[in-house]
Parts: sequence; C-alpha cells; structure tokens
Amino acid sequence: MLSLIKLYGEVAMSESREIAIDVRAAVKRYGDFTALKTISLSIYDNEFFTLLGPSGCGKTTLLRMIAGFEDVTEGAIFLYGDPIADLPPNKRPVNTVFQNYALFPQMTILDNVAFGLEMRGQSKSQARKAAGEMLELVQLSQFAARKPSQLSGGQQQRVALARALAPKPKVLLLDEPLSALDLKLRKAMQLELKHLQRETGITFIFVTHDQEEALTMSDRIAVMSAGELQQLGEARDIYERPRNMFVADFIGETNLLEVSVDAINAGRATCHLGGGHELSCNSVEGVNVGAKVHMSVRPERLFMSEGPTDSEGLKGTVRENIFVGTDISTLIDLDDGPKFIVRTSNSDRGNKRIFEPGNEVYVNMEMEAARLLVD
Amino acid sequence: MAGGAASGGSASTDTYKEARNWLLLPAWVYLGVFVLIPVIMMLVYSFLTKEFRGGVVWEFSTAAYDQFFFDRGLFGDEPAKIEWTYITIFWRSIWQAAAATLLALAIGFPTAYFIATRPERARPMWVFLITIPYWVNLLIRTVSMKFMLRDTGPLNDVLIGIGLINDPISIINTNFAVQLGLFYSYLPFMVLPIYASVERYNFSLSEAAADLYASKWVTLRRILLPAVKPGVIAGCILVFVPSMGSFLAPDLLGGAKNFMIGSLIEEQFKGNAGNWPFGAAASMVLLSMVLIILMIFARQQAKAEKEVS
Repeated sequence: MLSLIKLYGEVAMSESREIAIDVRAAVKRYGDFTALKTISLSIYDNEFFTLLGPSGCGKTTLLRMIAGFEDVTEGAIFLYGDPIADLPPNKRPVNTVFQNYALFPQMTILDNVAFGLEMRGQSKSQARKAAGEMLELVQLSQFAARKPSQLSGGQQQRVALARALAPKPKVLLLDEPLSALDLKLRKAMQLELKHLQRETGITFIFVTHDQEEALTMSDRIAVMSAGELQQLGEARDIYERPRNMFVADFIGETNLLEVSVDAINAGRATCHLGGGHELSCNSVEGVNVGAKVHMSVRPERLFMSEGPTDSEGLKGTVRENIFVGTDISTLIDLDDGPKFIVRTSNSDRGNKRIFEPGNEVYVNMEMEAARLLVD
Repeated sequence: MAGGAASGGSASTDTYKEARNWLLLPAWVYLGVFVLIPVIMMLVYSFLTKEFRGGVVWEFSTAAYDQFFFDRGLFGDEPAKIEWTYITIFWRSIWQAAAATLLALAIGFPTAYFIATRPERARPMWVFLITIPYWVNLLIRTVSMKFMLRDTGPLNDVLIGIGLINDPISIINTNFAVQLGLFYSYLPFMVLPIYASVERYNFSLSEAAADLYASKWVTLRRILLPAVKPGVIAGCILVFVPSMGSFLAPDLLGGAKNFMIGSLIEEQFKGNAGNWPFGAAASMVLLSMVLIILMIFARQQAKAEKEVS
C-alpha cells in the first residue's frame, strides 16, 4: 500500500477545502415517480464521503447521476467547478466500483485493469505496464493472466477497485462494493479502502445501507431516506446529535421515547414520559412547552444502580440480559412506563454491576445523553 | 451417458437415467426415420444408374458425381475437363446465402437488441410481433414479395410517387431480389437467438466500459459483441444453412439466370427430365459443404462460449 504514494505523488493534506462534487438542487424523476427530491450537497476534495440509507432511498440514483448513468431531471452537478450533468459517462473523469464488480468476463485481469488506461489513449504496452503496477498494489499480480471467473469474490472486488483507480480519476464512486463479501473480509476491506483513500488523496463517494460501515469509514455521511437528505455531517455528529427520528433510529441502537415537554428553562427542557417519570435534557430549536416529541437516548450512555443517585433515576425492573459479545444489553421495564435498553460494556464490569432478571433497578443517564428530536 | 462413476449410481440416479433414455427415444426414432434413413437413401441413390423418365436402375455407377464435376464432351469420349456449370451454381448458392445472412444480421441484430432492452413485460409482445408474418405459408410470402418488388408493383409505385426515382427500378430477377427473399424467409431465426443472448447480457458491463472512457462503438465492439457472440453465430447458422438449399426464393424472385443449388436439385426429381442419381449426388455435395461450414462455426461457437463463461 505504501508504494501508492510513489504512484500518486506526495499528497498534501490541504486545509483549503476545495469542493470536488457540488450537487445543486438535483431532482430525479421517472415518469410520475420522484426518486430524488431536490438534493443539494457539497463533497470536498480528498474526502471519504458516504451516502447512507435504506434501499430505495435514492442513494444509488444520486451516485449514478454523478457517474453519468442517469440523467439529471432538474438541477446541476459540478466537478471541481465544471458542470458535468450533460456529459456522457465516458467524458467524466470519475470512475466507479460497481456493486457486482462488472468485470469484463472475456478479458484477463490485466486487460481489465488496463482497459481504462487504453481508452484514455495510452498504448497497449504502456497501459499493461501501469495495470501491472496497479495489480501489485492490490496484491493480485500472480492472477494477472487469469479470467475474472477464476477469482474469488474478494479478489474480484480488488480487481474492480484496481480497474477504477488505474486511470487516476478525480473522484472514485463506490456502489455498495463490499455488500457481497462475508463479514470478516468486509471488515478488512473497510480498513483497506480507508487507507487507500488517505494515501491516494482521491475523493471517495461511498454508497452503503450499512450504518456501521458508514460510521467506520467516513469523514462525512449524508443520511438519506425516501429521496430526501435527512442529515449531513461527520460520523460522530450524526451518531450523537441525530436531527430527526429517522436518523436516530437508522444509525445505531437507541431508546426512542415519546415525551411531553413540561417546561423549558435556560436551555434545559423538563419532560415527562408517562408513569410519572420525569427527566431533563438540553432543549433544541423548534421544541415548545406542551409539545409531544420524541427523545433518543443511546443505550450505552445509560447505567443502572440499586438505589437512586444524584441524577434523576427512573425506577424499573430488569426483564432480560442479552449477551452481545463486547457488551451486555439489559432490557428494563420502567414502573408504569416505557421500556429501556441499557448497554454495559463487558470491560466495565468491574465498576458497573449487572443486575439479574426480576431485580429492581434505577436507570440513570449521563448529562448530555438524551436528545430531543424534531420530526 | 458415459458417466464413468466407478462406485455405481444410487437407485434414484439409475431411475433418472432410465427415464431419460425413454424420454429421448422419440427424438432418436424421429431422427432415425426422417433424417438418417433419407440421407442413407440419398447416398445410395447417388451411386446408382439413372433411369430415363425418372427413377433409378439398381446398378453401381459414379456417373452422377462425374457429371457434377467433369465435362467429357457431348458424347462422353473427350478428355475430362472441369465442369464449371454446377460448381458455379454451387458457388452462387454459397454467395447468395452469405449475402442473405449478412443482411439478416445487419437488420436482425439491432432488432434483437431493441427487443432485449425493452421493459421485461413488453418483450414477449415484441417477440410475438416478429413472428406474426411467419404464420403465413412461405410460398405465399415469397409470391407476395414478387408482387411487391416487380416493376409495376407497390414498391416502385411508392418510390416514383414520392419522386425519389423517375423510372421503375428492376429488382425482380436479380441476385438482390433473391437475397431479399432469403433474408425475409429466415429473419426470425437470426433475431431470436441473438435476442436470447442479449437478454442474458449484463448491461452493467456496458456501463463499466463507458465509465472507463470507452465510446459507444468501442463498447459495442469490445464488450457487447464478444459477450453475445454465441447468439450471433447460432443466428448465422440458422439463416445460412436453409438459405443455401432454398429453392422457392431463387425460383420465384431470381429467374433462370440466378439458379441456385436447391433449384438444381429440385429439377432432378420433378417431372420427366429428372436425373435422380444426379440430384442425389448434388444433395450429397451440398450436405458435405454444409457440414464443413457447420463444423467451422461449431468450433467458433465453442470458443466463444468458453470465453463468455
């Protein structure tokens, strides 16, 4: 992987944030069906950017519009300042890693990787030489003379990556490239892709429906649903400060509670959640006294105690413990109230007690843990 | 069939094998009765002596083949020279069939591509539309074609009517008319296999090629065509082989000058002028020619299929 730096030259981690892809008010309609509703977003140079959402949310459509496989019904797309919405795919300096890899079955691995270079005007021998170097990078040199069908899924995936990177695109588009791999290989490839992006300095736009994958790899994430952009931000930001119900629910595990706002004082909202249970949390814009809204609390930011603590404890009964490897999830029924999931890390077991089913406990939360959502 | 399983199959695979053999029986019987026996008869007849007024005398003779390839003068006593008459007819047949095949490919490929790229629900309808004209008997279709193409026919009327030409163009009784007739007779045999292979084609390969800066033409030539080659070869065989032995289109559209091997053979078995051994010999020459061409194609086909898989 290190030799990539040789290939691409030293990559300056520039502080100036040049915009690589600028999508301005792009709309995609198929007849009466609107697949994408007026999306605007900017993707920076040298960024690992992820489009995340459930299937049918429009993320792949947006990627295909950037690649040029789908035309833009309304709006514009710019690549480093140049409008590209009207260019055919073969005139756009972006390359794609396809979900099913789309390797040319009748060509050898080497010729697959050399194809793009040859199309860009390099001679056959030149293209093959560069392709050979590219194959070395993805550690597939020994397979150069084979046909794609003779390779495993993981190897084909790397060939697809090498083929798309070989012509040194300005932006690399990745359409759920890891979805066909098994978990272990997928985790390894996630790291490898991340390194590859850092080392090449090429802007990556990655499409996935796997929120964990998105959180692991991305500099910034655009969460999409039903053809709309739900939230755009850094991974941590999206996880900790989801803007709405959809984002809170889709990203990670959370306790979603229906609450009514009793009072707002100096930026803190006091809410009650049925059964006489009360809590306070930071208020957010758009929430008024008397409103019924949703509250999201991440299970790992809750902890249990035998008696009430200084913070507001919610009294309940343990129903079940679920062992999930690194953590234990405890299901708790609040007295006359909603259910909670509390997650305790296994490494914390020295400090934090695990209660058995039937035990009475108090559920406590960290100061900033609860977050009100405007739907 | 020669499975070579040393351990011997289980009861169920034996049952399947037996069932398969029984299911294959009608096909074998059919091929035996209607293909193998006639071909053997033809081979035997081609080595018999001709009876005037048709029929044969059961006496061994190579006269039929001799007549096909050699000219020994009117009374058969001159030194043998190559007889070009029948070789020319033969050559014309190959040439005409090849031209018709190319024509069918040129029209059939885009048609098949068009159908295969329609929405999935619409495709059966298009395939159905392609086959409609072929519900009509071949003879009637060919006669209609003659009517359409003749000097005072609808085609010339329309061309003169829209002012494209002043005088009718003579299409009938030309090589081109025969090619048109053959092309039209066998077009679906080109469209359907190509359609089947384009339908199986993974169109994201075309997208990948475009993504890697290939023009539409390069994508067609280097990505799509190699992938659908088996279908193209199958279509070419299915048009070329029957075209070569065809006699309806050459007879009706080509006139006496554009005689093809099918007509020559037909003549030998029709009426009193016939020469059965000669007709049988010409058939055997045609058959061996077709077999050679098929073998070449089959080799290509096997190679193409290996590449695609």
